Amino acid sequence: MSRAVRFAPLALLLLVLAGLVWRLARPSDSTVPSKLEGKPVPVFALAPGIASKPSLSSSDLATGRPHIVNFFASWCVPCITEVKLLQQLKERGVSIEGIAVRDRPEDIGDFLARNGDPYERIGSDDQSRVQIAMGSSGVPESFIVDGRGIVRYQHIGAIEVSDVPMILSKLEQAG
Amino acid sequence: MIAEAGLAALWLAAGLAALQLVLMIAALRADLGAARTMQSIAAVQGGLTLIAFAMLLIVFARTDLSVALVFENSHSAKPFIYKVAGAWGNHEGSMLLWVTVLSVAGAFLALLSRRTSQRTLVAALGAQAALALGFYAFLLIASNPFARLNPAPFEGRGLNPLLQDPGLAFHPPTLYFGYVGLSIAFSLAVGALLTGEVDSRLARAMRPWVLGAWILLTLGITAGSYWAYYELGWGGYWFWDPVENASLMPWLAATALLHSINVLAARGALKAWTMMLAVIAFSMSMVGTFLVRSGILTSVHAFAIDPERGTFLLALLAIYVGAAFGLFAWRGASLKEGAPFELVSRETGLVINNLLLSVILAIVFVGTLYPLFVEAITGEKLSVGAPYFNAVAGPLALMLALLVGIGPLLAWRRERRPMFKQLTVPALLGVSALVFTIILAPGMHILPRLGLMVAAYLAAASVLPLIGRSPFRAPLATWGMVVAHFGIAVALTGMAMNAAFTSETLAIAKPGEILSAGPWHVQLQDVTPTAGKNWTALEATLKASRGEGLVTLKPQMRYFTDPPTETNEAAIDTFWNGQLYTIVGKADPSGGWQLRLWWKPFVTLIWAGGALIALGGALALLGHLRRLLRRRREPNWRGRYA
Repeated sequence: MSRAVRFAPLALLLLVLAGLVWRLARPSDSTVPSKLEGKPVPVFALAPGIASKPSLSSSDLATGRPHIVNFFASWCVPCITEVKLLQQLKERGVSIEGIAVRDRPEDIGDFLARNGDPYERIGSDDQSRVQIAMGSSGVPESFIVDGRGIVRYQHIGAIEVSDVPMILSKLEQAG
Repeated sequence: MIAEAGLAALWLAAGLAALQLVLMIAALRADLGAARTMQSIAAVQGGLTLIAFAMLLIVFARTDLSVALVFENSHSAKPFIYKVAGAWGNHEGSMLLWVTVLSVAGAFLALLSRRTSQRTLVAALGAQAALALGFYAFLLIASNPFARLNPAPFEGRGLNPLLQDPGLAFHPPTLYFGYVGLSIAFSLAVGALLTGEVDSRLARAMRPWVLGAWILLTLGITAGSYWAYYELGWGGYWFWDPVENASLMPWLAATALLHSINVLAARGALKAWTMMLAVIAFSMSMVGTFLVRSGILTSVHAFAIDPERGTFLLALLAIYVGAAFGLFAWRGASLKEGAPFELVSRETGLVINNLLLSVILAIVFVGTLYPLFVEAITGEKLSVGAPYFNAVAGPLALMLALLVGIGPLLAWRRERRPMFKQLTVPALLGVSALVFTIILAPGMHILPRLGLMVAAYLAAASVLPLIGRSPFRAPLATWGMVVAHFGIAVALTGMAMNAAFTSETLAIAKPGEILSAGPWHVQLQDVTPTAGKNWTALEATLKASRGEGLVTLKPQMRYFTDPPTETNEAAIDTFWNGQLYTIVGKADPSGGWQLRLWWKPFVTLIWAGGALIALGGALALLGHLRRLLRRRREPNWRGRYA
């Protein structure tokens, strides 16, 4: 048996050990960052979700200041608690845009009248096209988009009270 | 006092292991006749760890909450059997079980091993002591199972509902026995590399240990697969999850070892390769334990994650595997290859078997660790899932199954007879299975189609070694091989059937509504609340029928209170030709319930096949042990090998 063959297992072991040591030294967080982070928002122009508000298109996002883009729906239960929290964020000066997923204008109106309305604009994504283009798979989900229209962060699920400091710091970084 | 007694026993055992290691070094250097002493030390050491483990069982059985481990992992309201099983259902307890099995196996090696030479036995016992010593240190320094709490709390915290399952109570220990059984093969290989006595005698001494460990691993994997199937409620039997792969890798290595060891035992060939495999098989067990216990890979089986323990285990892994590989590099050159063989021979068949198994092992190993390396190099996170493993390992496994039918028919050294004749019937069966699937199910995916073809061929080919001779005079080991190989065909049929013909229905149903899944019509009758000792549940009543007869299934959604957890309890009804698998989910605001129904034709063959494979191993083990006993009764048996 040649020397190379005899030492190959040892060399392979060292390689594997190096990888494992690296991983132990840097315990990973199990969250998977969105593929869209760092990329521009896909181009879209939506119909208005509700008659009394302007609609939303991708050009409305590149305005020089960061936005939260919130996918919601009147038929979504966690959205009810989240929208109240978004109201508080709005009062702190955060601009929030809404995309209503598979919804009807009258239901959206009812939902906002009952639970509060933090949105500057609401687009209606009745076929989930924009939602899919943004890589979102459910409601509620929120994206932080910076002033140049680039996605900085994707938040899956409702924003909870405990997430607020993190969201505010992400907005600050994006601004 | 009980916990302290356990701790004292552990310390004593650690001291004895250290002594055993020192004696080994002295004995090998100075040619001392230390074998007798070391045998007694190994036996006492095994006894002490048994005492320690018994003490842990007692504190768990009594729910002694002044012991931190009991407080964390038990609860006075737990059913008694799970209180006891809780002793090893946690990190510290499972490591104590590991070390107990390790040193008890060492004790058996010391007491039963009459086939190896004294020098190799001494070296192997020293290696086994070195292994045990590291794990004693791990227990005593980083995971003391007997630590006390002062003052003692009033109630325990551990009522993890997922762990309250007979499958899970006994599946991990089975795997551990298998993992640790391979440690004997490791120690014998290290011992033989040290003394240079790698021969057929060593192979015969090693074989029962490898077979025993392999049987338990097979059973453990089969049981684990069934547990995941009915408990996790996903309707799948294998997920290529890192923790599952952790048990599959030692099994693949042990399977290869099992076959190459026969070449070494019968022909004295494949020396270096067999020693390497023996080292790798136990290394894979340690890698598996490390992956599971350190939690560095994201898995559905979430265990406690603790970087300190992970580091300790990794250090042990590096020392043991590094030392064994180093020894191989140093001593490998002196190994002379044994008897030569020709291209068409059983040796060649077994070499191809080993190559294919090793490649599959490499594929699983790389797939399991690949995400880690990609993240280390590019920072990108990804996961490797079933599509990779199925696409890459699947065809190789089928190729291996094809060869399983041929290998046993070949003669040692040189095969002169043409063998096509014998294989006519199996080949015809395979081809007709292929034709049938093409006619009956033209849209079937290629892998399951080939799977059914290979299974039909192998079912017939695997019994050929018994044909043409009086089957009841064939050695038990031959019977074992035939049963195990037939088991592969059975399991393969189940997998292919499940992949090709499963019908799934996911729907929201209101009481009274009828859904269909395959040939079944399933009516949701009602959903009612029910309760158990430490859970409440919503239970659906389903009436299922496929023409004649009516069966009732009651899947549940259980809520456990402490800690608050929700689990789906599948209701499964087994028939001769498949299983009806039902799950009830959340309520819909409109008054309907999420129902998930599967009809899985012949899915049970997967586990029946696994059981047959293990049974085959057991028959072979029995055969080897019987031959061993018979030799011992002969007056001059020792002289035959000396």
